[in-house]
Amino acid sequence: MNIPMEYGLLLAVILFCIGLAGLLIRRNIIFMLLCIEIMLNAAGVAFVVAGAAWGQAEGQVMFIFILAMAAAEVSVGLALIIQLFKQTGSLDVTNANKMKG
Amino acid sequence: MKELLWLIVTLPFAGALILAFGGRKFPHAVSAIIGVGSVSLSAILTLLVGFEFLGDTTPFLQVAWQWFDVYGLSPDIAFRLDTVSLIFIFIITFVGALIHLYSAEFMWKDEGFVRFFVFMNLFIGLMLILVLADNLLLLYLGWEGVGLCSYLLIGYWYKDPKNGYAARKAFIVTRIGDAALAVSFYILFMTFNTLNIQDILTAAPGTWSLGSGIAMATAFLLLGGAVGKSAQLPLQTWLPDAMAAPSPVSALLHAATMVTAGVYLIARTHVLFEIAPTAQHTVAIIGAATLIIAGMSALYQHDIKKVLAYSTISQIGYMFLALGLGAWSAALFHFMIHAFFKALLFLGAGAVISVMRDEHNMFKMGGLWKKLPIIFWTFLIASASLSALPLITAGYYSKDKIIWLAFASDKGSVGLWLAAIVGAFITALYTFRMVFLTFFGKPHAEPTHRPGWMITIPLMVLAFFSFAGGFIELPQNMGNLTLVSDFVEKTLPVATLSVLQPFTELIFQIISSIVAIGAVFLAYILFFNKPFPAAEPQRNAVQRFFFKGWDFDLLYDKVIVTPMIFLAMINKKDIIDQFYTGLACITRQLNALLSATQNGQLRWYAMVVAAGAIIILTIIFFP
Repeated sequence: MNIPMEYGLLLAVILFCIGLAGLLIRRNIIFMLLCIEIMLNAAGVAFVVAGAAWGQAEGQVMFIFILAMAAAEVSVGLALIIQLFKQTGSLDVTNANKMKG
Repeated sequence: MKELLWLIVTLPFAGALILAFGGRKFPHAVSAIIGVGSVSLSAILTLLVGFEFLGDTTPFLQVAWQWFDVYGLSPDIAFRLDTVSLIFIFIITFVGALIHLYSAEFMWKDEGFVRFFVFMNLFIGLMLILVLADNLLLLYLGWEGVGLCSYLLIGYWYKDPKNGYAARKAFIVTRIGDAALAVSFYILFMTFNTLNIQDILTAAPGTWSLGSGIAMATAFLLLGGAVGKSAQLPLQTWLPDAMAAPSPVSALLHAATMVTAGVYLIARTHVLFEIAPTAQHTVAIIGAATLIIAGMSALYQHDIKKVLAYSTISQIGYMFLALGLGAWSAALFHFMIHAFFKALLFLGAGAVISVMRDEHNMFKMGGLWKKLPIIFWTFLIASASLSALPLITAGYYSKDKIIWLAFASDKGSVGLWLAAIVGAFITALYTFRMVFLTFFGKPHAEPTHRPGWMITIPLMVLAFFSFAGGFIELPQNMGNLTLVSDFVEKTLPVATLSVLQPFTELIFQIISSIVAIGAVFLAYILFFNKPFPAAEPQRNAVQRFFFKGWDFDLLYDKVIVTPMIFLAMINKKDIIDQFYTGLACITRQLNALLSATQNGQLRWYAMVVAAGAIIILTIIFFP
């Protein structure tokens, strides 16, 4: 079965836009983290689709890299979330502007 | 021993450094030992170096290192010892050490004890640099350094705004002279391409013709510097205000350091004055005018320290008179004797003031001679020396020499002699007015305590020198002993006389003796045991004029300060300032704009990143 590259890329764009919109709209920091994951995966889909279209392996290699990076990002992000919750008592990022000079 | 010359200069600096960095941790006694000890060691070294130097009086040059080397200007940190600088370093370290010992007791209870000694040691060190420097740049370093130290010490009790004002006044007024001095150094460097004093003195007579314009200008600018530092007309106004300083500072400032720097400068650059006869004549006239003006003011003071301040101005006037007459050795001899008795007078006055609960008004003292015998007798010896009472006092031999030369020197005249003799009369009158008011008459207050040995020993040593110091130089008809002039004239030229009869000299000696004794007698009639009201006396217009130092302050205020303030007021918002204010304003607005974007909101940052990415992508895809 052969899906045209345009469909795959359109999916990636839609996913990326959903993720970006969520990042900008949501205040809950956990949902923001999830939205970043969506954006990363959208980028991953774009790589895989391009790799499949040109019959190259680099697209999937790139996706492995993205997975690894996402894992690292989530671990750091979750640690930051825990800290934020300890410091402010909520998960609302608008409360995290205490360093504003 | 001569090789230890550098150590004389270094020791006071070392003392100042140790006290400045470690002083707070030391007990009082240790600080005092460091402060007094460093200068005392310098004094002992000076004696050792001096004794060796007496055997072989060829000038001795010690180069420490080259300071810098820029376009042919390569001054060394080098000290040059000759007969003139030896006299100066002897007075500076010796009198300085005695004053330090005195201050150790005098300032004992003061909270800034360590700070005081840091400044005092620094003062001595910089003054030593000034008189030992072999080039004008190093001399200028010492010159500005003593200006700074005098500022720090006059404003030592800085909590009183009046003292701060006096300190600023001293600094700013002397700065006018310093500016003139700096300009004269530029001229000298432009002409001779060196700042080495000996090179300039050797080259000057060949380069500049006698009385040429540039020689005149240089000499007058040098004189400007000297006039500022030595508090001569017309820059004398800072010295009476400098009495805000603690008494030992006044003693140091008036006797050993600072005000004598001008005398030293003119003596050191004597060649430049000899090729500019008008300038040298001006020196004499300034000296003569100053000694009368300051003497008249001293006559109307009620503050004991103010009397002494005006008396210093007047005595430095005598030294300037001698310098102007080309009587270099007489000027230095009077400097030496003056240092002894003036230091003693200030230390004595300081002791009296401190035991009278900080009372400066002589009219509120009275009758102290029985209660403070040591202070009284030493003070009396110094006063007699200042009044130049004939034969028995050192001041007689030094001052009478100047008075005689004012007439007999080839540059002298009857006018200068009259000024000098009238000055001598006024001097004796105000000095014994001070003595009679302070130590005789009805007591107005009881002294709180008797000063300890650290105060009385310096007084007695200085009293000995105020008495015996004169016998090393006697006039030709009274023993003809010329130790000082022989010593000085190894470096400086001999005064040329136009009148040579010993008989004339005798008549002039008798006149000046009668004048001094007559003035003391007049003071006795006017002020001895007279019931004066202790309150501030009412003064009529003339008395107030003299009391205020001939209203020079008022004159400068009207002529210089008020127009300056007026100009500054109307030009407060000048165009150049507007430009810089505008720049600052724009910067501040931009800052406000940019700092508004740093609001700490994560979602705002993400939005900005997204918007930026969209803009960049748009530019890439739709160029």
